[in-house]
Amino acid sequence: MVLKAFFPTCCTSADSGLLVGRWVPEQNSAVVLAVVHFPFIPIQVKELLAQVQQASRVGVAVLGTWCHRRQEPEESLGHFLEGLGAIFSHEPWLQLCRERGSKLWSCKVTHRQVPTSPDAPGEDQVMLIFYDQRKVLLSQLHPPTALPDHQAGDATASTRGLAAVFDTVARSEALFRSDRFDEGLVRLSHWQSEGVEASIIVELAKQASGPVCLLFAYLLSLISAASACRVFKLWPLSFICSKLSTCEQLRHRLEQLTFIFSTQKAENASQLMRKANMLVSVLLDVALGLTLLSWLHGKDRIGQLADALVPVADWVAEELQHLLQWLMGAPAGLKMNRALDQVLGRFFLYHIHLWISYIHLMSPFIERILWHMGLSACLGLTVSLSILSDIIALLTFHIYCFYVYGARLYCLKICGLSSLWRLFRGKKWNVLRQRVDSCSYDLDQLFIGTLLFTILVFLLPTTALYYLVFTLLRLLVVTVQGLIHLLVDLTNSLPLYALGLRLCRPYRLSAGVKFQVLEHEAGRPLRLLMQINPLPYNRVVHTYRLPSCGCHPKHSWGSLCRKLFFGELIYPWRQRGEKQD
Amino acid sequence: MEDELTFSDIYGGRLALLRRYYSPSCREFCLSCPRLSLRSLTAVTCSVWLAAYGLFTLFEQNKAFPAWPRVDSLNSGICRRPSGNLTAGVWLSLQNSMILSAAIFITLIGLLGYLHFVKIDQETLLIIDSLGIQMTSSYASGKESTTFIEMGKVKDVIINEAIYMSAKPRLDCLIEVYRSCQEILAHGKATPTSP
Repeated sequence: MVLKAFFPTCCTSADSGLLVGRWVPEQNSAVVLAVVHFPFIPIQVKELLAQVQQASRVGVAVLGTWCHRRQEPEESLGHFLEGLGAIFSHEPWLQLCRERGSKLWSCKVTHRQVPTSPDAPGEDQVMLIFYDQRKVLLSQLHPPTALPDHQAGDATASTRGLAAVFDTVARSEALFRSDRFDEGLVRLSHWQSEGVEASIIVELAKQASGPVCLLFAYLLSLISAASACRVFKLWPLSFICSKLSTCEQLRHRLEQLTFIFSTQKAENASQLMRKANMLVSVLLDVALGLTLLSWLHGKDRIGQLADALVPVADWVAEELQHLLQWLMGAPAGLKMNRALDQVLGRFFLYHIHLWISYIHLMSPFIERILWHMGLSACLGLTVSLSILSDIIALLTFHIYCFYVYGARLYCLKICGLSSLWRLFRGKKWNVLRQRVDSCSYDLDQLFIGTLLFTILVFLLPTTALYYLVFTLLRLLVVTVQGLIHLLVDLTNSLPLYALGLRLCRPYRLSAGVKFQVLEHEAGRPLRLLMQINPLPYNRVVHTYRLPSCGCHPKHSWGSLCRKLFFGELIYPWRQRGEKQD
Repeated sequence: MEDELTFSDIYGGRLALLRRYYSPSCREFCLSCPRLSLRSLTAVTCSVWLAAYGLFTLFEQNKAFPAWPRVDSLNSGICRRPSGNLTAGVWLSLQNSMILSAAIFITLIGLLGYLHFVKIDQETLLIIDSLGIQMTSSYASGKESTTFIEMGKVKDVIINEAIYMSAKPRLDCLIEVYRSCQEILAHGKATPTSP
């Protein structure tokens, strides 16, 4: 089998020395991590490798020699390098050689135990695969291969294929800590040998994050304790809080903030990404909210909004009144039962009249209320949208009431009709057995039953029409609220940090690798360039989406139609308290 | 070493298969698709524009007569304020320019989307023994999408229906590629693994 040598691109111009890395026997591949330069003392090199092996649990060893020579081959260097094979015994021993300034490489593999077969062609023995060490170190494979626990020593045989290369490079950070400015005993060449990368801002942020997290965690614990106190568990408040979507959103945000500022460090990469995504999402939300706040509070827009609100409510009520007048007449040419029509129509008209009176009663206070609600935009845009959705729900409360009255009336009628229809045919609903049984009725039972059935049948069109009209209105309001909730959900669950990372640093999130064949000459080993294949955007969103409130409609279309037909009340969103997990 | 063969796809267009042999354990097959023809591009653009002009004339026919003022005031009973005529005229021209600019916009966006997501320029299959198989599709806008399957996950290479390969070559081309793949896989299995 061909031997694969993974060579970092940063070492292709390094001076001659020893190759240090890890040998993966299952895939017959050697992952070169660094080059040790002359002069060195073999004992010190072995000590360094033992240290690194202990710190990172990766079987780092000397794999072979690297020779970067000038035009004329130096015979002495060649013999010297071969002699090193005796000091650092490794099976197999790799000898890579490159002429300075040219793209010609040559590789030789010597096996100590097994003699090389004479007919094995030279250039087919080794395949060189170049990789960018920094990118492979920082990248994260998706789907993440199950890494063995760090206590299990060098048992990384379970990581298959190229994931082993990524794993090796990622865990050998201890080897990359020394650079050429260090006064160490051994001179190494790797991706950080020109100077360890660090950023002052990142370091400062890391130092500051400890106390900041503690402070915020303390504040958040106070807020959660305050919100969990007994007052909120009493009946009116808990009922209202469970119905308002603002409280849901605030609770969700509080949970997210508690998670972000918890003092435990993130255990693995996915938790870190979750924290980062939540933080960016909260920051963007607050930024958008502050923009909205500044827009609202400038140029007296709140006053304009409050001035427009009462006329809009009036207009809605007037339109409803016109609708009811239309229904009380001959709507769409249908002939209604006059008495029932008048009763229902007047009942609903009186309701509207009451509602208008309440709105007019509240109109002096509306501007103040709106001003204070506008302040809540500093908590985030999602909170403002939830408040808007709640305001819509409150303003259309009379539509909801009409829908409930119409639905209940219709439901009663349908129940009565179905039961009397059974009586008409001589059957009965057996509650014990949950099925329809035949039953013999008395004559007077049959007589009254038939009478009632006839009455209900003839009153059906009127009730059905009222029910239809108010259900349509209610569905309209529900659709508008649903769109707002969708927007809020989207803002809550979009992983902005992951998307930004994919845009700016695509090598961090990788779906795999891709190879490119470099210039090839006959007689020379095959050279490939391994690059990181970034994760496509839809997979990024799918993998890293944050859990949202989960207020999705629980019904399928079929069950919705069924409920509408039988007059059962529909609750489009189950609130968090009633949701079964 | 390289060699080039010509095949045809299921629609009769000309496909070129370029085979590169790097080493006994590495081969590359490059299938180039026919380019976007000027004829089809012109045809699509003309049809979109004709449709836009048709809509434009339709709107003009319907809306022109009630909106524009009658020049001879003797016959007309309609007497509008001048500013009303002006706004009506502005609205009409805005509607027309909206239709035409929408047509331009749709054509451009459609062309860009076609080039970026649909039109395949070249498909490459790279087989490296003991590493894996890599398939790259490069689109007309320069986008490249790559899939790499590790050798451990490949049991065998078979000819599935041509529908799945975006360049849609005919059977003779597929047989050629299939034969080469099997050669490499056999070569890989024959060489004993080192102890």
